[in-house]
Amino acid sequence: MSRRLPPRDGEVIDRSQTVTFTWNGARHSGYVGDTIASALAADGVSIFSRSLKYRRRRGIVTAGFLDPNLMVQVGDEPNVRAGHRLVEEGMQVSAQNAWPSLNVDAKSASRLISRFLSPGFYYKTFIKPRMLWPVYQRVLRRFGYGGTLSVDSARRRYDHRFAHPDVVVAGGGPAGMAAAIAAADTGASVMLVEEEHHLGGHLRWGDEADLAALRRLRTRVEQAPGIEVLTDSVVAGRYDHNWVAILQRSHPQVTERMIKARAKVLVVAAGTVERPYVFEGNDLPGVLLSTGVLRLLKLHAVLPGERAVVFSANASGDAAAADLESAGAAVTLVDARIGGGITAAKGRGRVRRVVLADGTEVEADLLVTATGWTTPTALLNMAGSRPVYSQRAARFLPGDLPSDVMVAGGVCGDGERDDIIEHGTAVGDEAGRRALRTRSNWRAAGATGGAPPTDVSEPSATPILEPGDHPELYRSTTHGLVDFSEDVGSKDLVAAVTEGYDTIELSKRYTTATMGPLQGKLEVGNTVAVVASATGRSIAETGTTTWRPPYAPVSLGALAGRNHEPVRHSPLQAWHVRNGARPLIAGQWIRPDRYGDPADEVRNVRSNVGIIDVTPLGKIDLRGPDVPTLLEFVYTNRWQKLAVGSVRYGVMCTEDGVVFDDGVVGRLGDSRWLMTTTSGGAGRVWNWLDDWIQARGWDVRMTAVTDGYASINVAGPRSRELLERLTDIELAPEAFGYMEVRLGAVAGVAGCVVWRIGFTGELSYEVHIPAGFAMAVWEALIEAGTDLGVAPFGIEAQRIMRLEKGHFIVGQDTDGLTRGLTAGLDWAIKLDKPDFSGKPELAWQFERGGYPRLVAIQPENPAVVPEEASQIIEGTDIIGRITSSRWSPTLERGICLGQVAASHAAAGTVVTVRLRDGSEARARVMEHHAHFDPDGERLRG
Amino acid sequence: MITCPHCGPRASSEFTHRGEAPDRPGPAQVSPEAWREYLYTRDNAAGPVTEEWFHVSGCRRFLVVERDSRTNEVTSVRDRSG
Repeated sequence: MSRRLPPRDGEVIDRSQTVTFTWNGARHSGYVGDTIASALAADGVSIFSRSLKYRRRRGIVTAGFLDPNLMVQVGDEPNVRAGHRLVEEGMQVSAQNAWPSLNVDAKSASRLISRFLSPGFYYKTFIKPRMLWPVYQRVLRRFGYGGTLSVDSARRRYDHRFAHPDVVVAGGGPAGMAAAIAAADTGASVMLVEEEHHLGGHLRWGDEADLAALRRLRTRVEQAPGIEVLTDSVVAGRYDHNWVAILQRSHPQVTERMIKARAKVLVVAAGTVERPYVFEGNDLPGVLLSTGVLRLLKLHAVLPGERAVVFSANASGDAAAADLESAGAAVTLVDARIGGGITAAKGRGRVRRVVLADGTEVEADLLVTATGWTTPTALLNMAGSRPVYSQRAARFLPGDLPSDVMVAGGVCGDGERDDIIEHGTAVGDEAGRRALRTRSNWRAAGATGGAPPTDVSEPSATPILEPGDHPELYRSTTHGLVDFSEDVGSKDLVAAVTEGYDTIELSKRYTTATMGPLQGKLEVGNTVAVVASATGRSIAETGTTTWRPPYAPVSLGALAGRNHEPVRHSPLQAWHVRNGARPLIAGQWIRPDRYGDPADEVRNVRSNVGIIDVTPLGKIDLRGPDVPTLLEFVYTNRWQKLAVGSVRYGVMCTEDGVVFDDGVVGRLGDSRWLMTTTSGGAGRVWNWLDDWIQARGWDVRMTAVTDGYASINVAGPRSRELLERLTDIELAPEAFGYMEVRLGAVAGVAGCVVWRIGFTGELSYEVHIPAGFAMAVWEALIEAGTDLGVAPFGIEAQRIMRLEKGHFIVGQDTDGLTRGLTAGLDWAIKLDKPDFSGKPELAWQFERGGYPRLVAIQPENPAVVPEEASQIIEGTDIIGRITSSRWSPTLERGICLGQVAASHAAAGTVVTVRLRDGSEARARVMEHHAHFDPDGERLRG
Repeated sequence: MITCPHCGPRASSEFTHRGEAPDRPGPAQVSPEAWREYLYTRDNAAGPVTEEWFHVSGCRRFLVVERDSRTNEVTSVRDRSG
């Protein structure tokens, strides 16, 4: 039976375009411009869902985005608001959480046990016996109201956008449109954001004069240069200094886009949200709010009922009554302003009759309430404003506001249409002026680099719109639902107060009222009123809950935006890929982990020569007279006498004595040094040095050159032979010793830095090449060394070799509590220096002793290779852990580094390592950190 | 938003917040208690706070900022080196 009415002025449907879709498998049709709910309502559908706890049948309440009963599944998309989503051809819509179907809901048996589902029942039930928890979980999960997700859903596109509008207007009703026009007239750039699909607010379902005014406003908005209109979009949050998050859902290519806007002025023209009335049967299908009725009648030409009772306390209710009558319904108006009242809606499955306050019963299939409004003060609360209750206006109103946030229209006052438009215009004009002043302040601050901008002239007074009087109507003489989504009734709130949860915040959390998908927009007014009445306090004393961002639901995709993942790799990456390197992801870097078997790579380096790409190594170029002073301070050892051409290893500690980075520094010239850091620590060290250079005013110029140089380590007994073929630098050991640095050309590339260091424990040369020429050098090494057995080796082989030599890695063998002496750096910590970072704590560590030690450990059974982080135990105590562990191809046994308590750190101590499978392995603490060539003979050759 | 004296008004996401920076005691004679006060103890006032920010994505200068910790209103910004 169709409830569709003849065409009317202001309808948003296009009757020339029919849309067919299914609802729970049955075919329905509507028009382009219909929402899912309006199309179904036109087709006579009245039940849309089942309530959360009590499984009560539910129908349309507001017919808009904020309808608690219209959450549906559309295809693979759950939790769609049927009162907002437009129908599309071929849509498959179904009810959520009703099983097996909406009409026959097996879970409605819970109605029978509803007395046990009192508020907070989950704090009191489903606790014992514990072994039934999995059963409870399975049962409770079926009672949630979420829809279903599919892992096979097609990918959707999300994105971010950054904007710097002068004025953002939140709300596109008459006040918002007028404010946007006026602000644009001052020359400000404006973003006008409207949640619904069209601008207009309540004018859209007004009378002829309203529609005419709406057309005029829309035209002016379109014609004004500098107004960007975003419909089906919402201002979801306002953060410090008007950093505003706007969710745009109407972008043609992007499912949901978050616009991060720095607005100079935010104008909140959010209007009001209609509040339900609390009475017995108030959630029966057929009980609607006046705005819901007006929306259906005027926008979608749908008649929601034939015999209506309208309980009205304001003009919206009166308009609904009048429009229902002219659409052909029989209407009984119950006027609250002259003492009328209603106490119950009765009927099985839907409204059949309404009980009035005087006891009369009226037959009806539609009950409309218009009992008051709630101010959506969310964005204002986020700006630090506390709402203030006005008894005369029967709602909370905005409190004090910062000068960059303004309010216009129904959100702060009441009036006829022209009053609202006038107010919006005045506010928009002032907003534009303030925004332009801020704009010039910011420009001035940027140009002169001087003091921050202060509001140079006092802003003009904010135009005021006075609120009007409205009767205070929250609850009838009977009890009913307060939160439709959470199935919380006024009785439950009273019970909560009786149990001691007698503040608004406590009763809210205990009952979960206002904590459903609408987040209180429809519920908070009645919740506060019921709690106030139950505690004997006034509404003003009771206060209201805090509105927090986001104001509207936001998808995770919109939060994430487009997938931007920066990746760094060396200029040699293409060669690594071509030659089968397995990638290792180390932070943002892609590095070659291995080209084949790392054990083979180790053996080749120790017998012949290997080359490894170590470009991510942090490199910092330091110049100036104060560099030795800087080095002396940030490192624990001595630097004043480092000669030109020499290289020294250093360890950095933070001021708490904890090891935070290490590396080598070479002095390339009188006033020129090159520092290296760990690859993961490069950024941290760069900032650390900047801090001290600026704080102490040292004359040092610092340049980060991690990417400027590619770095290749040539390692193995034949490394000298190989490099000699490609450079004129004198490599004979007498001319170029261990821990020395030379500058020169390699493979024809000038400006290279070459130093002899020994992370792998072999004779090796580390070559730093201007990055653009790195490939030429790498390929030359490969070609020139064929007869020497040259082969690339990767990070894994390097890790094995450094472990064989006992070289610790900061962050692997040390942690956030490892101070210098624990890492075995006694030799590098010069406590006689007057000052260096970490000195006081290191001195006290030395004095106190008894600290844990980093030691080399070998399992007694050579075949055992404990997992890293395996615990070292003594009885039931944990006395240490394995920090690094590998199979050594050179020694053909497992080798480790680990931290142990001082009591067990002596060489020769046998410790117990707990393995993952629970078994225990005996292991021995070694004398040196190095498992292989402890005297470093191979290095110094 | 922070108005960097070198770069102008910029979003706070361009900066690293370092927090209060108490004076560094001379390491020579300091007691462990005083040193650890310097390392770990902060006033954390509700109200005007003087703290350091580092313009890591901009000029890389360390700045001294006066901010009200309750309202996040920034009342002054200057380069730490005077």
